[in-house]
Amino acid sequence: MSNYVINHLKELESEAIFVIREIAAQFENPVLLFSGGKDSILLTHLAKKAFFPAKIPFPLVHIDTGHNFPETIAFRDQLVEKLGVKLIVGSVQESIDKGRAKEETGADASRNSLQIVSLLDAIEEYKVDAAMGGARRDEEKARAKERFFSHRDEFGQWDPKNQRPELWNLFNGRKNYGEHFRVFPISNWTEMDVWEYIKLENIDLPSLYFSHQRDCVVRDGVILANSEFIKLKENEEVVNMTIRYRTCGDMPITGAVESEADNLDKIIEEIATTRTTERGGRADDKRAETAMEDRKKQGYF
Amino acid sequence: MDYQDIELLRFTTAGSVDDGKSTLIGRLLYDSKSIFQDQLDAVEESSKSKGFDYVDLSLLTDGLKSEREQGITIDVAYRYFATPKRKFIIADTPGHIQYTRNMVTGASTANLAIILIDARKGMLEQTHRHAFIASLLRIPHAIVCINKMDLVDYSEETYNTIVSDFKSFSSKLGIKDIQFIPISALNGDNVVNRSENMDWYQGSTLMYHLETVHISSDHNLVDCRFPIQSVIRPHTLENQDYRGFAGRIDGGVFKPGDKVKSLPSGFVSTIKTIELNGEQISEAFAPMSVTMTLEDEIDNSRGDMIVRENNVPEISQDLEVLVTWMSTKPIQARTKVVIKHTTNESIGMVKELKYKIDINTLHRIEGIDRLEMNDIARMSIRTAKPVFYDAYKKNRQTGSIIIIDEQTNETIGAGMII
Repeated sequence: MSNYVINHLKELESEAIFVIREIAAQFENPVLLFSGGKDSILLTHLAKKAFFPAKIPFPLVHIDTGHNFPETIAFRDQLVEKLGVKLIVGSVQESIDKGRAKEETGADASRNSLQIVSLLDAIEEYKVDAAMGGARRDEEKARAKERFFSHRDEFGQWDPKNQRPELWNLFNGRKNYGEHFRVFPISNWTEMDVWEYIKLENIDLPSLYFSHQRDCVVRDGVILANSEFIKLKENEEVVNMTIRYRTCGDMPITGAVESEADNLDKIIEEIATTRTTERGGRADDKRAETAMEDRKKQGYF
Repeated sequence: MDYQDIELLRFTTAGSVDDGKSTLIGRLLYDSKSIFQDQLDAVEESSKSKGFDYVDLSLLTDGLKSEREQGITIDVAYRYFATPKRKFIIADTPGHIQYTRNMVTGASTANLAIILIDARKGMLEQTHRHAFIASLLRIPHAIVCINKMDLVDYSEETYNTIVSDFKSFSSKLGIKDIQFIPISALNGDNVVNRSENMDWYQGSTLMYHLETVHISSDHNLVDCRFPIQSVIRPHTLENQDYRGFAGRIDGGVFKPGDKVKSLPSGFVSTIKTIELNGEQISEAFAPMSVTMTLEDEIDNSRGDMIVRENNVPEISQDLEVLVTWMSTKPIQARTKVVIKHTTNESIGMVKELKYKIDINTLHRIEGIDRLEMNDIARMSIRTAKPVFYDAYKKNRQTGSIIIIDEQTNETIGAGMII
């Protein structure tokens, strides 16, 4: 007689697929928030598995800050074509041009929090009632308190002190008019789980995640890619380095790590021995101790 | 080690800061190298700025602004760590506010509960509560950690007294598997490494137990239950007639060729394929998410359930339930609510409140006219359409419901069907 156990990656996969199918069943206009990072690529892969042989029954939404890595955009377009799924692009540049969002100034200016405006606008325009994302609880301390089904009021705000209790596998997606949900099917995955699963399932990733040569600027200990979006401060110089990315946000705020890891096995080995968290290089989290919570309350992912 | 081939164990920790719960979690994370340097730096920094002369590991789990300001845990926090043998998810539940609501939430998905007792204080009212909720939610395994042994001179006698007190209380509860371990979370005795101070203790360390406790029979493998989440119809040329039922197995073992029955229609058919992403699965069991196709064209939809022909669940519109009340708004009999059970949803009516349970003494309080937040009580509910259920003690998935407020849509109660 066989032993009726599944390993932890299969259990996490099964949980995520259950949640993705619940979203499709409980909501009228769900979307998948696609950033081009490994977590949203994983989520898209799981969504494909959940509905096969049918196509993914909801569109991908990408909030384009205009500061994306070109590799991310190319990868996105390829994936969308391969899956035959609809893509909606919400543009931060458009929000700025329309006067809906105001560009930050100064050397550390970023468009990170401006995404909130474009995201909420897209949600309103397409009457989105559930936006699923690849956020994980192990990423950041405010995310450790997130539900799978996270309620947002009519202003898109999160109220962390008044969250719905979530019991067994019974997810309550009922809401009043104008409210919506953020749903996080891979809540329980860690960075290691994500990489192990990517290897197991042979999932394609943008080249950014693998070791490569790049012109960089080191600012406050964070390695940033040199690009047209970054203004050099005094005493800063451009250095060519061997790096890779552990997470993938906008070019001016995503820190790289020096790394020779050019394949999945080496990346997994590197993560197993690393002593910093993957968001440790994210300038957007370093603005205040509760920077993530503050943005999430306003409607950030 | 092959990280891809390890099991997942979900456990809850119950207790307050004073029991040394945060220290214990900190120790498990630290000794398994799951705390990163930048997290530790941040915690050291905050501890210093608050004027503490020690590193407050609770700042690792208390992530919200108001929690950090008030120094309390408000909400269930999930933490993750892995050893070469297993991956762990900790649902860390607070001991202060909304205690019952949070612990019930954390316990609903747990395989194991860690109950902490301060060796200096012995059994307290809150120990009764922890043990009762673990048994109410049918967590299959419990580990009672008698902590702060360093402060009672590692006394075997103190340990034995607490163990026997706990056993005499828990005999009324029916938790199947209870282990007792004397520990010092602060010094690490019997947490990850064996204690050199307690050679009278011959049992295993906490970590060893977490890594080896037998969890493969925690799911029901006998009674086949497959609630349908949705129907997959590709509408493409090559898959014109494809009709797959998507869902997660809640019990039993399903195989292609099995004779099955569909509820509520009662139609009988044979399983043609069980698959995921086009890959064929020869045996499907809980908690696998799969897509099932049947030999005959049966008009199933979301909320229906596929079961074995000769082993069907209870089918009824009248439910007897033990509920935990989770809303600040009290409830009375004759209130209309929404009931969610597996993938099924129905309007329901709370018909009668029967009795409340005093969770410290386990006594029944009869003659109640309302339930307040954190009350545990027995009620009867009438649903507008039939529910296909098993008793909670037989299956935690098909035996549980949530109660939703019809107006606010909030989850206001958690119920276990008797």
